[in-house]
Amino acid sequence: MEELEKTTIEESKFEKALKSGKFTITSELGPPKGVDIEEIKDAAELLRDVIDGINVTDLQSSVMRLGSLTCCHFLKEWGFDPIFQVTCRDRNRLALQSDLMSAYAMGIRNILALTGDYTTTGDHPQACPVFDLDSVQLLWAIKTLEEGKDLAGNELTQKPSFFKGAVVNPGADTEASYELQIIKMKKKVSQGAQFFQTQAIFDAEVFKKFMERIHRENINVPVLAGIILLKSEKMANYMNKFVPGVFVPEAIIKKMEATQDKASMCIEIASTLINEIKPYCAGVHIQALGWERHIPAVVKNIK
Amino acid sequence: MILTEFKPIEEILLKLKDEKKIFIIGCCGCPEGANTGGRKVLADMKEQLEKEGKVVTGILEIDFLCQKALIRSRIKPRTDEINNADSVLIFSCGIGVQSSAAVLNKICHPALNTTTFGGITGMWQGTERCDTCGNCILDCTGGICPYSSCPKKLENGPCAGQSKGKCETDPEKDCAWELIYKNLKKIDRLDILDQFIPPRDYSKILPPAKLRKTKLWALDEEEMI
Ligand code: SF4
Ligand code: SF4
Repeated sequence: MEELEKTTIEESKFEKALKSGKFTITSELGPPKGVDIEEIKDAAELLRDVIDGINVTDLQSSVMRLGSLTCCHFLKEWGFDPIFQVTCRDRNRLALQSDLMSAYAMGIRNILALTGDYTTTGDHPQACPVFDLDSVQLLWAIKTLEEGKDLAGNELTQKPSFFKGAVVNPGADTEASYELQIIKMKKKVSQGAQFFQTQAIFDAEVFKKFMERIHRENINVPVLAGIILLKSEKMANYMNKFVPGVFVPEAIIKKMEATQDKASMCIEIASTLINEIKPYCAGVHIQALGWERHIPAVVKNIK
Repeated sequence: MILTEFKPIEEILLKLKDEKKIFIIGCCGCPEGANTGGRKVLADMKEQLEKEGKVVTGILEIDFLCQKALIRSRIKPRTDEINNADSVLIFSCGIGVQSSAAVLNKICHPALNTTTFGGITGMWQGTERCDTCGNCILDCTGGICPYSSCPKKLENGPCAGQSKGKCETDPEKDCAWELIYKNLKKIDRLDILDQFIPPRDYSKILPPAKLRKTKLWALDEEEMI
């Protein structure tokens, strides 16, 4: 059979940065609950020439919003390098494959494959949880499309090619969940994951231990450490209580409590942490949760 | 009655490819009625496996495989044969495979796919649940059903939402994957978790066409008119 034509979108800025070995920095934007894309544009402009790629979340926390794919398309038009987050919660394998191909047709190459939060955690708890594929199977689906076939084995007219990432949680809190994170990470690599983003970390030691472990396991895929910009001690306490896998140490909470200037302290905490873990990872993924304006200062402090 | 169908023999042989000695357990409840169990079915399987060079260390029929206490008492006299086997091949619905896996310290391979409940779920059910997905993978998940115990139905490992071993959806509920890990660790078979499990075949969730052609089904339809 005639070899299918392989269409190649140029390597993205983000992909180039990671492959070059440069300390790579990404962030993420959450689409608005509405149809005004200016909001996204303003937040993105704060990051122009500061970071290497911008994730767009896919109905994060199961809250209905403007779509990730649409926002990625606009970011691309405005000259940014978007990373399309894709979850398995809302789409079956037909829709997932179709959206992946749509992304590629729009010139979007970077994908972050996720399972997604459960439906009852969001603002439409009545919604049908789809989960037709899991995140490992989603990576497998992407790999299959890249081979020029759909999941049913039908030929595509062209082969797309993506830059594929996945997530891992270094803070899993039981023996079973920690070991399963490693097992699942390996499966993700074997199904084509080319980079990882971690759940937010605050404790450099926990992260170092995790990285040592994955090196022992011979997992040699670049890892971007997840960094959340901490806005207050209240936020820290909330995350410790309600966000699985995230643990803010007491010392950091104390520092936040002791200051009036939360923004400066936020920048200091984030940059100290990044400088501490820098030798152990390929880069960081900064979640600013509305404080995008402070990202340039954090980045400037990276040594 | 719970309806089951045979897994293709190729799939069973693939599951048993690294195993030499097999013990066979059959449920005398629903599978006998669905023609997927009974003495002859089990004997035929023994013959097929022996033809493939396997050793069948024993065959055991148990009235209701959905009852763990009953399984415990019935396997006692057969302990040696079971211990001697690399794994156990089970002819029952998903519930019987789950309760067997909870009692036996061996990988329990389902020989059947559970396709639909023609009535109650298990004659004598404990904590086990089966959602009749028609594509049973209990041997890949330590006898815990990822389809009915994990709200996201994850087949390749847990989500990041679990916390202290409990599920993202309910802090009172055990994360299915915590249980899967513990069960497989207990029998020293964590290696099973390394394999990639491809997506489920959801077309099997529809009641089988065969069933829709039965008299029982037709009678039911008549009554509806
Ligand atoms: S995997 Fe679960 S739902 Fe599917 S047949 Fe087995 S026990 Fe039933
Ligand atoms: S926490 Fe465990 S049981 Fe709950 S949805 Fe996630 S993987 Fe499934």
